[in-house]
Parts: sequence; C-alpha cells; structure tokens
Amino acid sequence: MSNVRNKKRAGSSLPFFFKDSTIVPFIIILISSILLYITFTFDIVPPILNRGIQPATFPKALLLLIISLTLIIFFLSIKKPWKEEKKLPKEFYITLGCFLLFLFVSKFLDFFLGISLLSAIVSYFWGERRLIFILFVSILFPIIVFIFFETILGLRFPSGIITDLYYS
Amino acid sequence: MENLSFILAPLFSSKLLIVLFLGTLFGLVLGVLPGLGPTTGGALILPFTMTLDPISAIVLLTAIYCAGTYGGAITAILINTPGTPAAAATCLDGYPLAQKGEAGRALGMATVSSVVGGLISVLVLIFFAPLLAQLAYEFGQPEYFALAIFGLTMLASIGEGSPIKNLIAGAFGILISTVGKDFMTSIDRFTFGINELTEGIGFIPVVVGLFAISEMLTQSTLLNQVFNRVALKAVKLPTKDDYKKTWKTILRSSGIGSFIGVLPAEGGTVASLIGYSEAKRWSKKPEDFGKGSIEGIAGAEAANNAATGGAMVPTLALGIPGSATTAVILTGLIIHGVRPGPDLFREQPEFLYGIFGSMLIANILFFILGFFGAKLFARITLVPNKLLWPMIFAISVCGTYSLSQSLTDVWIMLFFGVIGFFMRRYGFSVVPVIIGLILGELVEGTLRQSLVIFEGNWLMFFQRPIALIFFILSLIALGFPLIKKKKI
Repeated sequence: MSNVRNKKRAGSSLPFFFKDSTIVPFIIILISSILLYITFTFDIVPPILNRGIQPATFPKALLLLIISLTLIIFFLSIKKPWKEEKKLPKEFYITLGCFLLFLFVSKFLDFFLGISLLSAIVSYFWGERRLIFILFVSILFPIIVFIFFETILGLRFPSGIITDLYYS
Repeated sequence: MENLSFILAPLFSSKLLIVLFLGTLFGLVLGVLPGLGPTTGGALILPFTMTLDPISAIVLLTAIYCAGTYGGAITAILINTPGTPAAAATCLDGYPLAQKGEAGRALGMATVSSVVGGLISVLVLIFFAPLLAQLAYEFGQPEYFALAIFGLTMLASIGEGSPIKNLIAGAFGILISTVGKDFMTSIDRFTFGINELTEGIGFIPVVVGLFAISEMLTQSTLLNQVFNRVALKAVKLPTKDDYKKTWKTILRSSGIGSFIGVLPAEGGTVASLIGYSEAKRWSKKPEDFGKGSIEGIAGAEAANNAATGGAMVPTLALGIPGSATTAVILTGLIIHGVRPGPDLFREQPEFLYGIFGSMLIANILFFILGFFGAKLFARITLVPNKLLWPMIFAISVCGTYSLSQSLTDVWIMLFFGVIGFFMRRYGFSVVPVIIGLILGELVEGTLRQSLVIFEGNWLMFFQRPIALIFFILSLIALGFPLIKKKKI
C-alpha cells in the first residue's frame, strides 16, 4: 500500500523535464545526435572507388531512424505517460561500483584478484554473512573457473600478481 | 538405401558413439553456462579436434551444436539468462512459467519440443536437402537484404515491450554492428581511436552483457523479493493437455526453424524468435505470452533446434555458414581438408550422411541426458542469489575473455550490462539489440552490394519477386502488432 502511495507521489510530483518519459528520450536523442555528428567526420571514399553508398550513409540512416522513433515515443508519452520507476537501492550502486573496482583491479593488478574482490563484496552486501560461503565464491570458485579454462580449455589469462605466480 | 546405411553408420561405430556422447554432454554443459554456448565452446574445442579424424571431429562439433542449443533453454528457464542466444526467446515464457513453480513442466516442454524440432529438421534435410540448398542458392544479395529486413521487422511483435521501442533497440543493435572497419572500404567507423574496436564489437560480449550482467544488476534491485530463484524438482514430460495445446506449434516451429536455418547467415536465434512470434500470432491465448505460456516455450525451442539441422545445409552444400556455430564447424571442415560445396553431396555422401545420422543420434542423446540430467544442471538455481550471481559473474567474465583473450571484450561486456539494465528498466527489450547485431552486417552488406548491382537504383529491389514478397511480409509484420495492440 505504501509502495502504491510512493509511486503515485513519484509520478505526480516530478516536473515535466524530470520524468522518465522525458529524460530517457532526451538521453537517446542526445547520444544519437553526438554519434550522428561523428558520422560526418568519417572519411569519404572518392567517387571512383565508391561502391554503392558512402561508409557513413548507413549509420547516418540508422541514427536518423532512432531519433525519429524516439521522438514518436516521446510525443506519444505526453498522451500516455510512462510508469515512474522506483529509486534504485544502494545494493545496485554497490554492484555498479564493484564493476568499476573490477575494471581497475583486473587492469592494473590481477584479473582473478578483480573477480575475487567483486565476488566477496557483492556477496557480502547482498546479504551473505557466513565467512565460509564468502570464501567459497571469492576464492575457491574463481580457482575452479581458472583451472577449467586454463587447463581444460587451454586459455591463457592476462598476467597479474596472482596469475603470474601460477604461470611462473 | 545406400544413404540410409551411411546415416546409420555412426550407430555401429563405438568410437563415434563415444564422441557423440562426449559432444552431447559437453554441449549441454556449454549451453547451460552463460556466455559460452556452442559457438564459443566449439571454437575453443576446435584445436583439440585436430587429434581426431575428420568425421569424428565434425561429429563432435555437431553434437556440441545440437546439445548446446538445447542446453541454453535450461538456463533460460531457470535463471532468465539464455545459455545461448538461440534461447533468448525461451526466456520470455520459460522463466515466468518457472517462477510460477512449474520449472519441471517448462523444461519438459523445452526438451520434447527441442528433440522433435531437431529430429524433424534432420529428417527434412535428409529428404529435401538438395532442394532446399538449391532454393537458398538462388537467393541473390537483394533477396538476402529483403529477408534480413523481414527478420528485423519481426522484432516489433516480440517481447512485452512496445513495437516502437523494440524497433529502436533493433536499430541500436544494427548500429553496434557498424563499429569497426567498414568491410567494403576499410574506413574506421565509431572506433574513437581505440585499436581493439577496429575489428568491431564481438557478439559474445554484447550478449553476455545484455543478458547476464544486466540481470545481475536487476537482481541487485530485487534482493528483498523471494521469487527470484527458481527451483526444479524434476523434469516433467508434457501432459496430454500440453501436447494438445502445442503439437501444432511444435510442427509449425520445426518447419519455420528448418527453413530459416537453411538460409545462409540466419540461424537458431532468428528461427526461435520467428517461431515464438508465429506461435503467439496463431495462439488462441496470445495474451498469455510473456507470462509463462507453454506454447511460447514450444514455439521457441522447436524452432531453434530445427534450425540446427537447417543451418548445416548451406554450410555443407554451399560452404556458407547458416549460423555462428556452423561457421565454427565450417572452419573445422576446412582445417580437416574437407572442402564444403555441392560436390560434397556427390563425392563423399558417406561423410555427409554420416553427419546427418550423428545429428539424429545427438538429438536422442540430449533428450535422455536433458531429461534425466536437467535436475543436476538445475542445481545452479538452488544456490542463493548472493552466491549465485558472483559465480555467474566469474563465469561470464572468463567466458567472454575466452573468445579472443582480450580484456577489451570484458569491458564491452560490462558496458552493455549497464546499458541492458537501463534498457530493461525503461521498457526496451534487449533481445532486438542482439538480433540487430546478428543481422546488421548482413543488412548493410547486402544493401550496399545490391546497390552496386542496381547501379544505385533503389527501385530495382521491387523488381525482384522474392525480395518483393519479403518486403510485403515485412510491412505486414510491422503493421500487424500496431493495428492489433494499438500499443506503443
């Protein structure tokens, strides 16, 4: 019941330009416009070598199609507004932050250390408090995955402080 | 009669039977693991096939293909993440039905319809392969373009989202396919000076990102809900009532899958989506689709497995892959010194029909393994989300990395994971993105090559009867849901 009240409040109290049905089309059109601008920077093939259409023509047509269709959904949303979504919980932002942490650690320290860290943090903040299970997902399971890919499938993983110990 | 003996030959070879069993088992495992699937798995195992003779190598790869295509359904139904792209449409109804506590029924229907679809397609191939190959062979660039457009317009009626949003997502998918060096002029497009992007954006990172990673983010917003994890007690054979509801759908989708599969560059994903879409179109209860319709599962699964047989025809008869996985199989054939093409039918029928026989057996094997082993695979869904998703993340990251052993692919996967999350949040289905990505190169390539043939005259598309039929079908496909649902 309280959720219903919250939804109604969220939908009705927001100004026009803060509504999902405005922001989402705006972002799509903005990004598409930037990409459309970029297509004008593509090299042009001289007419003598050009076969069919220029390399930029097809992406331009696609972007114009996306912009046109987005404008249609925007104008239609004025008549029939979208359902306003609930605010995202902190676990979402933690998970998203873990992705960034993984990017950093796997790039600069170690691929499997990145996986282990993400697994441990996500598991903990998603509600797992038993140490044995956190250790399982963050250490034992990545080791199993590593062995599977490395020995059975013959993959070589990027070098890093832990992976190099194995390879050396 | 001679061909029949070639078809049955694998049954009398203990070596081929062992290879078939291992291939089927491996295919099931790969199909269940998100991000791997028969394409990546087949590519990974390709070097190992060099230790086998050509027939064993191709039998192994085709068994992985058949079983892997089915295996994707297990994950699609139980954790809403298609193990393979071809199982994307299975998610639409398989997962909702599993959420209702009927995972066993959903998996049973998926298993039966997959086997029936697979067997029918191989039987169709055995009897009609030359005819189907000839039909596909007569398609020119304009026909392929029109066909791809038809495939894309079918996106409008797929999923619960609005047709316009689906079309935007489809166009976005095609746009992704334009990243990298232009295949005709080698001019960089959307590479932003990043060397790794000149090769284009890989298929697997986008699929894993849009499905697995976006689902992980979605799950992070649903931690308080209790119905996210779907348990499986046992796979149940469909009831008489289920058969009554679905037999027409299974047969129709098997036909659609065989036909779509035989068309070069198409495959199980498009077949399953069209099979699903047609099942919805012909259903007496289309409103149940997307909410756990048993017909939806049957339509998608029969079609994607029927496409496995169909996709082998252009691969073997013309040397043109019918799908991503058959491209791997084609590579396997070439490295083993087998030159696919029309001559293969005449010069090495025992090889060709041996492969078809193996596919028949592989379908029966994955029925047995799937029926009795699905519960084992389903254990993955009994693990709590707080443990399951970090493990899926590890598998997804390593699976994506395995494709080209590039960290850039992993970054791309995470990027599309975030994109996919927001797309789903705001009512954009991610399936059309995948389809757009698959068909993108085909659409652009055939369009540009057609324009070269037509000397820039667009109107000449409409002077090609087959292309014209596909364009008319596209208009019908595009307009039908808009008129029917009046929904944006």
